[in-house]
Amino acid sequence: MTLAQGSSIEGSNPILNIAIFSVFVVITLGVVIYVSRRKAAASASDFYTAGGGFSGAQNGIAISGDYLSAASFLGIAGAIALYGYDGFLYSIGFLVAWLVALLLVAELMRNTGKFTMGDVLAFRMRQRPVRAAAATSTLAVSFFYLLAQMAGAGGLVALLLDIRSTTGQSIVIAVVGAVMIAYVLIGGMRGTTWVQIIKAVLLIAGAGIMTLWVLSLYGFNLSSLMNDAVARAGQAGTKLLAPGAQYGASGTTRLDFVSLGLALVLGTAGLPHILMRFYTVPTAKEARRSVVWAIWLIGLFYLFTLVLGFGAGALVGPEAIRAAPGAANSAAPLLAYELGGTVLLGIIAAVAFATILAVVAGLTITASASFAHDIYVNVIKHGQVQDESTTEVKVARRTAVVIGIVAILGGILANGQNIAFLVALAFAVAASANLPTILYSLFWKRFNTQGALWSIYGGLAITLVLIIFSPVVSGKPVNPTTGRSASMLQGVDFHWFPLDNPGLVSIPLSFLLGYLGTVLSKEKSDTKRAAEMEVRSLTGAGAEKAVAH
Amino acid sequence: MSTETPSGKTEPERAQPDWETVQASPEFQALRSRLRRFVFPVAAAFLTWYLAYVLLASYAPAFMAIPVVGAINIGLILGLLQFVSTFAITTWYVRWADKRFDPHATAIREEIEGGTL
Repeated sequence: MTLAQGSSIEGSNPILNIAIFSVFVVITLGVVIYVSRRKAAASASDFYTAGGGFSGAQNGIAISGDYLSAASFLGIAGAIALYGYDGFLYSIGFLVAWLVALLLVAELMRNTGKFTMGDVLAFRMRQRPVRAAAATSTLAVSFFYLLAQMAGAGGLVALLLDIRSTTGQSIVIAVVGAVMIAYVLIGGMRGTTWVQIIKAVLLIAGAGIMTLWVLSLYGFNLSSLMNDAVARAGQAGTKLLAPGAQYGASGTTRLDFVSLGLALVLGTAGLPHILMRFYTVPTAKEARRSVVWAIWLIGLFYLFTLVLGFGAGALVGPEAIRAAPGAANSAAPLLAYELGGTVLLGIIAAVAFATILAVVAGLTITASASFAHDIYVNVIKHGQVQDESTTEVKVARRTAVVIGIVAILGGILANGQNIAFLVALAFAVAASANLPTILYSLFWKRFNTQGALWSIYGGLAITLVLIIFSPVVSGKPVNPTTGRSASMLQGVDFHWFPLDNPGLVSIPLSFLLGYLGTVLSKEKSDTKRAAEMEVRSLTGAGAEKAVAH
Repeated sequence: MSTETPSGKTEPERAQPDWETVQASPEFQALRSRLRRFVFPVAAAFLTWYLAYVLLASYAPAFMAIPVVGAINIGLILGLLQFVSTFAITTWYVRWADKRFDPHATAIREEIEGGTL
């Protein structure tokens, strides 16, 4: 590893940052080993859902740890620092989305499913095709989300540990991946959940302390903080307080924002790694409690980022942020240094790393559960597996290792890609392929296998096609100062879809496809299973019970 | 497809309740409409309020920029109101579910599990 002298962020001490991060890894690994020693994650229900043994409060904290990724923390604070109000719009979409999960999805999913999203979607359908489809979209969403986190790790390394060589960054990405695989293999869902709980507490407490610190500098007057941020930004300052600094340029960018807003609010309740967390509690009532905890914690955190963003704008200044490596992503770390010097910067850097680690572990366990439970057991083995629970866990563990390696390689390749774009892509697929299918399954009696397949595969395909032919991939104008286009590919232009975000088109089309697939099929829906699903989802009768431990 | 079994097959075999009879019972129908009468209108309301906010932010930035107190403008107040409404709906729903929904759901579940329905 090349630890060059000098620093990427002025005042950053790479050795201290690595030391604090190592302490976090050692403590969490200790916790993971401790909680899994009490009961080895040997059975499938233990490995996937910790036997449903977490309380609503524990799960709610873990959900916020799972949901508040590095993109939320570094990305939103940075966007607010540079674009003011437009950065705030992201947080609102990410938060309001939880009401969809609370009112329409969480409890009903908890009552009908066991381990995966496929359990619910395939409940009253033909098992194999629907499970294969559910697993495909689970793997797609998890993969994009995973890439975003790993690419973020690369950027963070450059920023905080001053590792600038690509080889050095790749090694750190590999280390992050290896630690994550260890969490998942040793601790299963129970260990992963505790890592997420620890991380959530650190992240929210860290952001809370910085928020109070910033506010105290302004006599707890938000208005004077914002005025200071405006003054510091100079000419561009007046635009900070109102929407439009980032998205108001033209009719297309405005429409793009509406499209993004739609994907954010409808994507959350279709994210497989969030849905799976509802199975870690014993009852629907506890699932409800978890979402309530999650909403309060996530809402509070986004209020903190509002203050941190404007604080970074006022105390660090947009010019210094733009000039730092990582640009917008460096706003929160720079603010930490401004407030508390090298030590606070080191702590915030370690928290940001911990964030990536916890989110990646959650994604890996979800993807491996979906592969082992939906594809291996139900599609490949037709549900006929000897000694099912043990075999399933064995397959899931192997899958976790494979996914970990894929994530490391993907992260190395995606290093330097736009993180926000990858996260938005995951949300767009979740909102298009998953949410319509989930809602139809839970609330529409007539919905059948063909409808489910059309909405999942159709939603997935439409989203991917629209993104491939969007300006995100090719054809954005070349920036004269850097000589590079903001698109992923340079020097080619094959885009025909005008928007960066496909949600506005792909979400309504997926709902339509689910409807058409159902009404155009001769297949009768299975009324017996539909009755069972509806009664179980509402009453909790026959739901998976928590395993005592 | 008849050889395929749903995921519930590993549960211990016991007499399956007659789900269709339960579903058709007036108690269950009342429970179902009770839930839908609450969650559908509330979901429609908060999604409309959110979309209205997103559309205002996209197409009426001048309106959002009208200052109210100091640097605090209409846009920020509406944004913070989204937080307030989210917290309020959450609290309202939980109270409703605990008092008005759970007792009925539990009663039906106990009847199913006791085999009386």
